[in-house]
Amino acid sequence: MNKTSWFNVVSLTLGFAFLYIPMIILIIFSFNESKLVTVWAGFSTKWYGELMQNEAFLNAAWVTIRVAVFSSTLATVLGTMAAYVMVRGGRFRGRTLFSGMIYAPLVMPEVITGLSLLLLFIGIGLDRGVLTIVLAHTTFSMCYVSVVVSSRLVTFDRSLEEAALDLGCSPAQAFRLVTLPIIAPAVISGWLLAFTLSLDDLVIASFTTGPSATTLPIKIFSAVRLGVSPEINALSTIMIAIVTFGVITTSLVTKHQMVRQKREEQEAVRS
Amino acid sequence: MRRFLLIAPPYAWLLLLFLTPFAIVVKISLSDIALAIPPYVPKFSWDEGIWAYLNQLDFENFIFLTQDNLYWKAYLSSFKIAAISTALTLLVGYPIAYGMTRVPSEWRPTLMMLVILPFWTSFLIRVYAWMGILSNEGYLNQLLLWTGIIDTPLTILNTNTAVYIGIVYTYLPFMILPIYSALERLDDSLIEAAEDLGCSRLTAFWLVTIPLSKTGIIAGCFLVFIPALGEFVIPSLLGGSNSLMIGKVLWEEFFSNRDWPVASAVAVILLLLLVIPIVLFQRNQQNQQEADQ
Amino acid sequence: MTTLKFEPWNDPQEKPLIHFQNITKRFGSFVAIDNLTIDIYEREFYALLGPSGCGKTTLMRMLAGFETPTEGTILLAGQDIVSVPPNKRATNMMFQSYALFPHLSIWENIAFGLKRQAMAKADINDRVEEMLRLTRLEQFARRKPHQISGGQRQRVALARSLAKAPKLLLLDEPMGALDKKLRQETQFELMDIQEKTGTTFMIVTHDQEEAMTVASRVAVMDHGQIIQVATPDRIYETPNSVYVADFIGDVNIIQGTTTANGKDSYSIAWADAQAPLTANSNQPFSDGQKCHLAIRPEKVAITADRPGEVANAVQGKILDIAYLGNISTYHVELPTGVVIKAQAANTRRISRRSYTWEDTVWLSWTATAGVLLAN
Repeated sequence: MNKTSWFNVVSLTLGFAFLYIPMIILIIFSFNESKLVTVWAGFSTKWYGELMQNEAFLNAAWVTIRVAVFSSTLATVLGTMAAYVMVRGGRFRGRTLFSGMIYAPLVMPEVITGLSLLLLFIGIGLDRGVLTIVLAHTTFSMCYVSVVVSSRLVTFDRSLEEAALDLGCSPAQAFRLVTLPIIAPAVISGWLLAFTLSLDDLVIASFTTGPSATTLPIKIFSAVRLGVSPEINALSTIMIAIVTFGVITTSLVTKHQMVRQKREEQEAVRS
Repeated sequence: MRRFLLIAPPYAWLLLLFLTPFAIVVKISLSDIALAIPPYVPKFSWDEGIWAYLNQLDFENFIFLTQDNLYWKAYLSSFKIAAISTALTLLVGYPIAYGMTRVPSEWRPTLMMLVILPFWTSFLIRVYAWMGILSNEGYLNQLLLWTGIIDTPLTILNTNTAVYIGIVYTYLPFMILPIYSALERLDDSLIEAAEDLGCSRLTAFWLVTIPLSKTGIIAGCFLVFIPALGEFVIPSLLGGSNSLMIGKVLWEEFFSNRDWPVASAVAVILLLLLVIPIVLFQRNQQNQQEADQ
Repeated sequence: MTTLKFEPWNDPQEKPLIHFQNITKRFGSFVAIDNLTIDIYEREFYALLGPSGCGKTTLMRMLAGFETPTEGTILLAGQDIVSVPPNKRATNMMFQSYALFPHLSIWENIAFGLKRQAMAKADINDRVEEMLRLTRLEQFARRKPHQISGGQRQRVALARSLAKAPKLLLLDEPMGALDKKLRQETQFELMDIQEKTGTTFMIVTHDQEEAMTVASRVAVMDHGQIIQVATPDRIYETPNSVYVADFIGDVNIIQGTTTANGKDSYSIAWADAQAPLTANSNQPFSDGQKCHLAIRPEKVAITADRPGEVANAVQGKILDIAYLGNISTYHVELPTGVVIKAQAANTRRISRRSYTWEDTVWLSWTATAGVLLAN
């Protein structure tokens, strides 16, 4: 099978170079000795050391992780419920409004979401801080979770649930014992997506935070506004490394499982 | 009853934290700025009654937006920047998506992962990465000077060009993925049939491949265009003070000028502008879903 | 088969296990089930046969509890079960897709229903082992559904639905996913298991051969109505309508008008310049009534010369021969343009076949070979 023409090779090479060179440069220069980020002055890991000393960054990272864990967990619960309602709920009053509210945050500019939530928090007199960011992040990431989970539920063989009911499960038991274990991979990827979205978000967090809670993106943004800095390069490298590790591991695990399942299915047919 | 318990929490959550805030934005956009906290009047009070309250609202802020050149220009320039970057992203993304469907199938999952990986990486960091590349002393200028292509550094950072590059770069996965999934479903025998019926490779591509990947192209374009229109991070980090985008204007109106009513009015208009592409996008997705079934 | 005939539906003393009373089911303006009344008796193997969309699956799902009838009552052992949710019904269902839980092993799949009722662990163990033995799956107990073949999955689905010893087992196209050879083996296995366990089975199928093979009674459905309920042989030999005759097996339909010419005997005028046909019927037909004569191809004899002493004989030209190995079907065109199918067993080698295309042959059948139908 030789469908790969020179044109495809060139476009793929250039395309992936474009995607990856900026990040590779960033990683290389995080090990630069010099304070001047654009001039190479020898290998050093000193910026990582300085980063580890930087209380402000560490605090921001801790706030960010807390916010991400809470908001993604809450978003996963609400988003899964919403997905279940959308796919299985049948008709109910206000369904159109509900589906509109589920999809709208996906395409809503962050500035608008952030602004409107801030105005709400001020309006009801809620002190801004970790809580308000969690509320804000949950609101938009639950919609992403519900999209991920409902795309799995759509292909879910409904007779599995009916079989569970037929064999004596109450609807709640059927969900817990059959539906949830089967859609678990989608729920987990929904959680991961919500977690990453929360980790990444600058705009909504900026609007909804107060002086007590500074997240990492807010911290990074205020630092990079002043220009490129080797410390930020080091921080970026760490974040890229974590994401890369996570994505590669999950894709390897998924691939391994798929290969195994395929092999077992073939064996089953042969036996 | 059980169903109600399932529907109620996400419904109530979205009503309270998604819909109500919008009502507030609309309300404040009709109010007047004041030196107070919160910095707008009138504040609603039950004593005066709803009519007295409504009478105090006006479209002054919206009229202000039409009179001040800054806002007009910002909307227009956001639209222009979003449109141009979407076109550029399509030009860059389509060959990549196409190339991905042409490699041996055992390579595809790896390439797919390579497309998705940047998507999971922090948006802010990906934009930041370009600051070092595009600045006057940046890596790009260093490379160009060293190779002798230019002899004075190019000014790219803090121009619209940098914004285009930033948008194309950060939104590229959103363009590649829908086009790839449309192309992957395309049956190879269709191309073979077209060639069998007398098409050259290129005409087969134009007459068969492109039309059949149309839904993917449209989806990709909307996925880039819609968020690009309200983009804030890219223009503020790569665009400098000259590049006008509405997201940035809104941010500054709110944080620097503390003019909440005008900021809200800006948001309301941006939202109205977005309704059209969003509706078109939804229709495209629905058509595709129906075609799939 | 026991010497005692199993015919509870003919015994007025017998109480039906399932009684559908004037059931109607509407989805919006679409009528899926139209005022339907049926009885199913204990230990019966009852087949619902019909084309897709005839309402047979809806009927079964109402028994399982996944659909509620718009009107009417369903009695299970004398009790109205319309308002009983599926998890509280003494029926179990074997799904068309098998619906095996992919995250559970074969053993856990079979035990799933047992664990839902308060049952001692040891009893669950015993019951699962019994089911595994019954379906010859002992060695696969630890495997996951994707690790076994299609035929084995089918048996797991059966074992799982039988494990709770339901009063009524519902089988939704249980063999639809199997290839033909496996399907035939499985049909006999299914009958065997039904007899061993003494469970009442109700099977939904669109495959008439399958229904005929396994069922004690077959109900032919169309457009939400039961057209005929009878034993397989009666359904085949004495269909009550052209629809049933045509749906079950191959049939020749000749239209004509009747004239009585003796006790239960009618002559049928069917074409100008053709001698009338003769057929017997228990059903009364008035003179000049429109009728349809249904004759199975295997009951039509094909000969080169005119046979003597036979009630009906027509001459025609062979149009087509479908060679099916054991038998051949001859398509014979009569001078009127009507094409009649006749089957003959291939007792000789094909090269020695007596007739070929364009040959003029005689077709004949007796007065009792066909069934006279009003509609």
